[in-house]
Amino acid sequence: MATTYTLISSVTVGLLGASSIDFTSIPSTYTDLLLVSSVRTTRAAYHESLTMSFNGLTTNRTNRRLYGDGGSAASTNDTLMYGGQAAGATATASTFGNAATYIPNYAGSTYNKSSSNDSVSENNATNALSALNANLWSSTAAITQITLTPENSGTITQYSTAYLYGISNA
Amino acid sequence: MTTKLIVDCSTGETTEVELTAEEVKEREAMAKEYAAAKAAEEVVNAAKAKAKAELLDRLGITAEEAKLLLS
Repeated sequence: MATTYTLISSVTVGLLGASSIDFTSIPSTYTDLLLVSSVRTTRAAYHESLTMSFNGLTTNRTNRRLYGDGGSAASTNDTLMYGGQAAGATATASTFGNAATYIPNYAGSTYNKSSSNDSVSENNATNALSALNANLWSSTAAITQITLTPENSGTITQYSTAYLYGISNA
Repeated sequence: MTTKLIVDCSTGETTEVELTAEEVKEREAMAKEYAAAKAAEEVVNAAKAKAKAELLDRLGITAEEAKLLLS
């Protein structure tokens, strides 16, 4: 990572799993944030989407997603935000979905908060999903909390990780 | 017992907290909403596939031939 990337916090999910991962009390001292995650869930499918919310709020969220599996591509609009794809329980064993979510100007109080991510569900077979997400949280509040939650009530499994980096513009 | 992982960035501490009844309800509602949206999407896709097959039949061409025409 460039020298302007600073690790704020990280987590590795333990044996019992987790229903969500919450980064709280995020310091306001950086310019942008980068959330890097590597996640697998218990959902009985090849993949599961991770929803994302800021400051514990699930309102005023919009998303446009482009995704494809190599055979077909599609796009969706939603009134939530996505933090990337996770591998599901029927994906290749010991394989995790990866995502990198960039959140610019997170600590400002003038503009709404946009974020974008690219992710892949990872699977050593034909069912693997790549996705690009453009999210908008229509709130001018500074972001102090980021929550990742599996969309289909899957549990985040052991060894899943999430790293939150702060990025300074100087 | 369903728990969420809270990472406090000011202290670096990670704690496991049990979900409230409201949080569990919210997660279940989200999963239901996804299932409904997926079911609706599948209905639309099935209708599109049927219309495509009927059109190819009327034209008397295969999907590959249609692709060639449109290229």
